[in-house]
Amino acid sequence: MNAHAKAHTSADARAKRDAMAKRDAVVQQDAVTGELGSTGETGSTGEVGATGEVGGAALGRSRRSAGPARTPRARPERGPKSDARTRARRTALRTRGGLSIRVDIRATIVGLTLTAAALAMGVVLIGTGDYPIGFVDVVRTLFGNGTIAQDYIVNELRLPRVLVALLVGASLGLAGAIFQSLSRNPLGSPDVIGFGQGSAAGALTVIVLFQGSSFQVAMGAVLGGLVTGIAVYVLAWRQGIQGYRLVLVGIGAAAMLSAVNGYLLTKAELVDAARAVIWLTGSLNGRDWDQVWPLLIACAVLAPVVFGNARGLRMLEMGDDSAYALGVRVERTRLVMMLAAVLLTAIATSAAGPVAFVALTAPQLARRLTRAPGPNLLPAACMGAVLLVTADWGTQRMFGADQLPVGVLTGILGGGYLLWLLVTERKAGRV
Amino acid sequence: MASTSVSSVVSPAQQRLTGQDLTLAYDRRTVAEHLSVSIPDHSFTVVVGPNACGKSTLLRALSRMLKPAAGSVLLDGQAISSLPAKKVARTLGLLPQTSIAPDGITVADLVARGRYPHQGLLRQWSDIDERIVGESMEATSVAELADRFVDELSGGQRQRVWIAMAIAQQTPLLLLDEPTTYLDIQHQIDVLNLCAQLHEEQGRTLVAVLHDLNHAARYATHLIAMRDGEIVAEGEPGDIVTAALVEQVFGLRCQVIEDPESGTPLVIPAARRPRRPAAAEPVAESAAVTAAVEVAEEAGTAAADGAPGASGAPAADAAAVPSQATGARATAGERAVGG
Repeated sequence: MNAHAKAHTSADARAKRDAMAKRDAVVQQDAVTGELGSTGETGSTGEVGATGEVGGAALGRSRRSAGPARTPRARPERGPKSDARTRARRTALRTRGGLSIRVDIRATIVGLTLTAAALAMGVVLIGTGDYPIGFVDVVRTLFGNGTIAQDYIVNELRLPRVLVALLVGASLGLAGAIFQSLSRNPLGSPDVIGFGQGSAAGALTVIVLFQGSSFQVAMGAVLGGLVTGIAVYVLAWRQGIQGYRLVLVGIGAAAMLSAVNGYLLTKAELVDAARAVIWLTGSLNGRDWDQVWPLLIACAVLAPVVFGNARGLRMLEMGDDSAYALGVRVERTRLVMMLAAVLLTAIATSAAGPVAFVALTAPQLARRLTRAPGPNLLPAACMGAVLLVTADWGTQRMFGADQLPVGVLTGILGGGYLLWLLVTERKAGRV
Repeated sequence: MASTSVSSVVSPAQQRLTGQDLTLAYDRRTVAEHLSVSIPDHSFTVVVGPNACGKSTLLRALSRMLKPAAGSVLLDGQAISSLPAKKVARTLGLLPQTSIAPDGITVADLVARGRYPHQGLLRQWSDIDERIVGESMEATSVAELADRFVDELSGGQRQRVWIAMAIAQQTPLLLLDEPTTYLDIQHQIDVLNLCAQLHEEQGRTLVAVLHDLNHAARYATHLIAMRDGEIVAEGEPGDIVTAALVEQVFGLRCQVIEDPESGTPLVIPAARRPRRPAAAEPVAESAAVTAAVEVAEEAGTAAADGAPGASGAPAADAAAVPSQATGARATAGERAVGG
């Protein structure tokens, strides 16, 4: 009886194995002829998204040259869902020398469009004010062909302010994208995890305790941001950095620093307090070339560092273990990127004050436009620039040039965005 | 310099991946001390052992993710920690226990990331990359899913995608940390067949941590059994998997028979009490006694050749003796007392 049963089960198993082998053979055949019927993985082939034309262009080509052609035949079962979620097309530019660069076409288009939008918005912003100047005149003046009056207004008064807006927006967008990628969390942006507050604490200390000059305030902001960044990194470090711990430690640091800032404000003389409050809101009023140069230098130094490590950062999103396995120097990449992001935030904050929510929103908006996985660094930077320039234009149009600090508008918009983010993330079960 | 002195010492039989006198520890908790291991080239090595025996830790150390507190891991005769990260990643791949698929990434994109160690800032996506990614997806039967989003796949499909990524890395050595966990039995076998295929057809050296002893015995060409941070036995499964070893490593009483499918050892855990044919039903008392006598007889014969000295042991101590027969006897004894 026992032996019989055994024989029976083994015969069964053998039959099953034969069936599996047969199935494999069928699947292989399918792969060659391109007819994908009901075989394959338990009923999943039915919903397989588009092959050939969508994004598979590169792969399709190689397969065609490598062996029997797979015809990208349209399948009747293809669901509308996969059509709606068309993935970004990618292509590679190659030279004969073996160099190749991979380009995500959609992300490139988004980046170029955002850059154009930021520049156009900048020109519009230069033309806006008590003495309006037309778009064409602004461009002509920028290239040095304007009247003396226009030249003074455009190149001396308004251009620095717009450049500060562009650079601060781009720096914050870039820093936000880096932190959100490192923490694998859309909330992990520098203004949520305490670096904004750290810079503010540094600046307030200079304003309230030392009545320092605006340059000294800026230095205080940079130092405050750096110290906070290092403190959060050290506190969150335990056999490496984990995204969640970084965000939680950062939120704790932000709360403590807010308390410090509140204390400093109550200790301040009235004049200093007024100056401090304006600084704390984040403002672009009266920015001149003195603010532009440090920003420009910082971006010129840090941007190559950031983009040189961008591919490692992308790998880090798959978890430390996977990144290690693929040969990424995990801790080094993370440290370099964090340092760069902290510096970008601190310098941007020192120039314009803690402009709220740009770092939080820009990367997420950019992501939604490119629909590409990964940190989307360049689109995020462009998006940050667009956001801040547009917000500055909005405040000037609505309230006049020196009435309302730009941080109020970005705060209102960003706060709304944060609520929306929390609701959608909650629905998706991630918060 | 250090590397040359090391390679001059090693014998010609030196394997590509070895761990020498390793002490492995997390923070202050030491997992293993003076552990030496050598992975035979072109083998499908499987590491088994009870939970927390240090098998995953060993794998982490071998893949340079955990820095040993003492001792060193050698890859091709050189300390793995001294080699450039990307160079190691072109020789040694790892499929970690947990990986995160970034939001909105497609299968083809994820598999393409396996090419990272072969790429550079100015060599981001060559013809070779493209071809190998295609081949890797074909080999794991995920080519049909190339444009699907990873987060909408089933667990089995997803694991195949991750394996495709590891294959695309094109490393002669591949470590897999519990590749079958969280998969149903069909997908477990699928994944293991795929591993066997990689090993046989492409001659890659595979090292896997597995929980299922029978899977390990069936697929491994070289088995390493660990307990409490020490290697208890290693060798071909057919040579080393015995009831005594399973008892020693897992504390499990069992029989080891031949797998009718593959001829490899098959571990049958001891039943809590043996089930008898339905004939025992009608007269419960007498049937139980008869059964008890039958079992006792069987146990006696088995004990004669298998477990000397066990006959006098009380029922409570019987568990310590590695023999199914004694177990049966103990159960029979209890039954007889109960009846």
